Amino acid sequence: MRLTIRWHGPRAIRPIILAATALLIAFAAPALWADTPNPVPSIFSPESSPAHSIFGLSIFVLTITGGIFLFVGGLLAFAIVRFRGREDDSSEPPQIYGSTQVELAWTVIPILIVVVLFLTTARLIFAIQDAPKPPDALDVTVIGHQFWWEFRYPKLGIVTANELHVPVGTATFLHLLSADTDHSFWVPQLAGKTDLIPDHPNDTWMKPDRTGLFLGQCAQFCGVEHAMMLLRVYVDSPEQFAAWVKNQQQPGVQDAATAAGRHIFETEACTNCHAISGTAARGTFGPDLTHLMSRDTIAAGAATNTPQNLYDWIQNPNQLKPGALMPAMQLSDAQIDQLVAYLNTLH
Amino acid sequence: MSAIPYSTAAEPWVLPSRGRVAMLSLIIGESAIFTIFVVAYVYYIGKSLSGPTPQQVLDVPIFNTICLLSSSITIWLAERQIEHGRMKAFTAWWALTMVLGIVFLVGTGLEWHKLIYLDGLTIHTNLFGTTFYSLVGLHATHVVVGLCMLSLVLIFSLTGHVTAAHSERIQVLALYWHFVDGVWVVVFTVVYILGR
Amino acid sequence: MADQSVPIGGALDLTPARPEERASVLEWLHGWVVTVDHKRLGMLYMIYAIVFILVGGAEAIAIRIQLAVPHNHFLSPELYNEMFTMHGTTMVFLVGMMYLFGFGNYMVPLMIGARDMAFPRLNAFSFWMSAFGGLLLYYSFIGGFGLYGMGAAPDVGWWAYAPLTARAFSPGHATDYWALALIVMGFGTLGSAINMIATALSLRCKGMTLMRMPLFVWLMLVVSALILVTITPLTAAQIMLTIDRYLGGHFFDTQAGGSATIWMHFFWIFGHPEVYVLVLPAFGIASEVIPVFSRKAIFGYPAMVAATVGIAFVSLGVWAHHMFTIGMTSVGNTFFVLSTMLVGIPTGIKIFNWIATVWGGKIRFKTPMLFALAFVFQFLIAGLTGIMLAVAPWDWQLHNSYFVIAHFHYILVGAIVFNLFAGIYYWYPKATGRMLSETLGKWHFWLFLIGFHVTFDTMHFVGFLGMPRSIYTYEPNRGWNDLNLIISLGGIIQGIAVLIFAWNLVQSYFRGKEAGNDPWDAWTLEWSVPSPPPAYNFATDPEVHSRRPLWDLKHPEDPDWKYEQ
Repeated sequence: MRLTIRWHGPRAIRPIILAATALLIAFAAPALWADTPNPVPSIFSPESSPAHSIFGLSIFVLTITGGIFLFVGGLLAFAIVRFRGREDDSSEPPQIYGSTQVELAWTVIPILIVVVLFLTTARLIFAIQDAPKPPDALDVTVIGHQFWWEFRYPKLGIVTANELHVPVGTATFLHLLSADTDHSFWVPQLAGKTDLIPDHPNDTWMKPDRTGLFLGQCAQFCGVEHAMMLLRVYVDSPEQFAAWVKNQQQPGVQDAATAAGRHIFETEACTNCHAISGTAARGTFGPDLTHLMSRDTIAAGAATNTPQNLYDWIQNPNQLKPGALMPAMQLSDAQIDQLVAYLNTLH
Repeated sequence: MSAIPYSTAAEPWVLPSRGRVAMLSLIIGESAIFTIFVVAYVYYIGKSLSGPTPQQVLDVPIFNTICLLSSSITIWLAERQIEHGRMKAFTAWWALTMVLGIVFLVGTGLEWHKLIYLDGLTIHTNLFGTTFYSLVGLHATHVVVGLCMLSLVLIFSLTGHVTAAHSERIQVLALYWHFVDGVWVVVFTVVYILGR
Repeated sequence: MADQSVPIGGALDLTPARPEERASVLEWLHGWVVTVDHKRLGMLYMIYAIVFILVGGAEAIAIRIQLAVPHNHFLSPELYNEMFTMHGTTMVFLVGMMYLFGFGNYMVPLMIGARDMAFPRLNAFSFWMSAFGGLLLYYSFIGGFGLYGMGAAPDVGWWAYAPLTARAFSPGHATDYWALALIVMGFGTLGSAINMIATALSLRCKGMTLMRMPLFVWLMLVVSALILVTITPLTAAQIMLTIDRYLGGHFFDTQAGGSATIWMHFFWIFGHPEVYVLVLPAFGIASEVIPVFSRKAIFGYPAMVAATVGIAFVSLGVWAHHMFTIGMTSVGNTFFVLSTMLVGIPTGIKIFNWIATVWGGKIRFKTPMLFALAFVFQFLIAGLTGIMLAVAPWDWQLHNSYFVIAHFHYILVGAIVFNLFAGIYYWYPKATGRMLSETLGKWHFWLFLIGFHVTFDTMHFVGFLGMPRSIYTYEPNRGWNDLNLIISLGGIIQGIAVLIFAWNLVQSYFRGKEAGNDPWDAWTLEWSVPSPPPAYNFATDPEVHSRRPLWDLKHPEDPDWKYEQ
């Protein structure tokens, strides 16, 4: 079942929309021309179903409000110029106290505008919020933490963090939960934002129509490192997605060469917070590290996933992300080296 | 002078009494505070995860309520007495109002003593505890403040400083007391009838 | 004159001249501390507001320096979060609430022909409570661990969402300073509101029916009534928060079945009408300035009154448009879309009436009018971006982005601060007896206008490009770098303009031109008394027969009461 929203507004609107869009391109140009791998997360370059329909409605609203601005602003500008007083003129102009007809006119016309805007808005609210879930939709549970994202694919048995993979062309339904404070999931090109509130599960969905990397971040102030709770959504082709899923479903790599690092991981309290499937580590306070090397960034996007960054992060998380809840474990340089070597095998 | 003067000589210029306006404004503001606490109470009915429920531990405070609501009648009677300058009767009814208010507070205290020590319900126990003590406590605080003001008037009256000229001010103060009683009607209904 | 049909008090000043005795500094200070005179208290409110607009402005500059370039290290994340929380809290409470009572306390008794407010001692009490609450808020910087670590200043956003404010997530005293300081200020605000209502209803001079009050008085009356049911929900919620934090309550404790969303409802039940509380007095100032400098009566006075009352009522029913993304039902969201759009109608009516007032007039472009005209233009834009935000699906993109910050600063600065300046340029001569410098005023206006637009026009676009609010830094590859730099530069320009203004205030006090009773040739009662007014305001109680008593006096052949509806 296809899940798309189409604009069914009055036909006369189309040329106006075309003109308004042309104007918009003037300032949205950088975003529209933006390309992977790091596109500008502009709300005016939608690449997914709900984002497209929001864009359509926004152009309609911009057109109406733009018209009001030009008309009323024009009247004001005209009045300021036309009715300038002269320095030498001290006589008073005719005193006009009011006019019931005029008051009625500029009450009724705004009411009509409000009715039009309200009805078009209401229609889209129901279309997006109450959209039925297609049977082939992908389910993802998102759990917001201070200051990272946990992603679970319940039907696929996958647990990962911070970087979401979804297939192009099919709907992905996100079930949003929080482990601590309020957060908000916002990837502008894919959908409007929805909040993650503890004890108040929410749902949202997206249906991307092209592959690529889309950026977002937490949009509800959640504490010290709210700014560094970044989101990366990889929209994969069906083959890419299947390959990613298959990899994520494997248990953690067990490479004898890095046994020392693994030993440090399992005995130096890392397991209190982290999980790596296939080992004794079952912690849930921090991100699952089973496939750490399949991710492009660490610390919820605060740094790229390189051995040096990993080293610095483990040595002192607060250097990279002050206020992050991961403590510095006071490991020696040699220990961290071995640990990083181990983590580097976790593809 | 071509303008015809608008004659105001005969018409009296009457404006509402500032004391009454102020007290009514205060009552509106306080009602808003109480409304928020009542909304919280109602929203959390049945949502406690544990601990004693209202049905298990709340006894309907009939006697207390009768005392407090009667105090509205006695204070009204006091207002009528001072209008006619009958100061001794005024003082008597005023004192009786205070006694009824104090009985209410003592009754509330006894109820809380039972809830805390016998039933183990504190503000910390569960959502019911939190919302119950907050709402009833907020009301009791207003009773205390009201009693403070009433006692000031009683002292002035006993020392002979209050006269019929003060009846307007007494009525303004009595408005506050009526408000406190009115709030109790709402709190009583929400906590002891709806919530149980 | 013996046959004057409209005797205006003050034209006859019966006080015998007396040489001023020099008071010692202590006596002078003591006079200000114990005063119950509405004019002095009004001045204290205004000085307080101006001092804190400078402080809040400094916080804004700090924020903008941090955001001028990505990954900046000017402020630590902890300090940045304190800065934006304090900036918002300061500007709303220590500037916004104080300026409106400053103007209100000073002008309302004068405008209605009264000697003082209804309850002068309550007036003093309310001011000092509010002032103390604000100082308690700022004490937080040196409370806790002291100045170096920037103490325990609130850092949870001015909206202080639960459960971030729970002891578990905010263990220090930051949240407590926020809650307690505002509870204390709330009592002061409530007292002032009660006083204002009693004054407007009970102390009007003879002949001044409600429909003959200056619009500024109407706006203050409606604002005060709105405050009664606006500030009190916040006080209630903050009491609940304090119970949670110190008595183990569970109001907002999601672990015990409490609700994070109920805090949001309570906060915005306060928060939305609050912004109307802040802006309505600004409308009142505009409704006084624009007619005088267009040389015409305000167009549609009854409609303006009705629109004001309408705005106050409807504003009580729109709060959840701040919560479109929290997962309310589609029906719930739709309701708040409708109510929010409806509040735009009376607001629009006001804009049209201001334009109609200017239309056909003879505009005098003095500084107060420059600010008032810019206000109308900017308020139009702000109203339109508000309509955009009311469209819930679009709000799902715009919420918590820089677009929202741009929108509300367009109101708070573009409407409120611009009118604050207009009101000060207009009434400073009345309060001090001196004119503010027109030259400095025009420098102030143009610099501030340019800086305002450079900052806040640009801000809309960086919001469109996906930049969320409340972030201490941002990624360099998202296309936000240049726009942020421009925004920050605009902030600096505004800062310079405000410093020019502050200098104007000070130097004009000593060297400004003498103002006289009525420098602007205006029409309401305050211009019939000397500048500054004597302590008793009016030598004899005035009696009025129209909305513009001084117009009637100056134009006896064409008085207002012949034409007013």
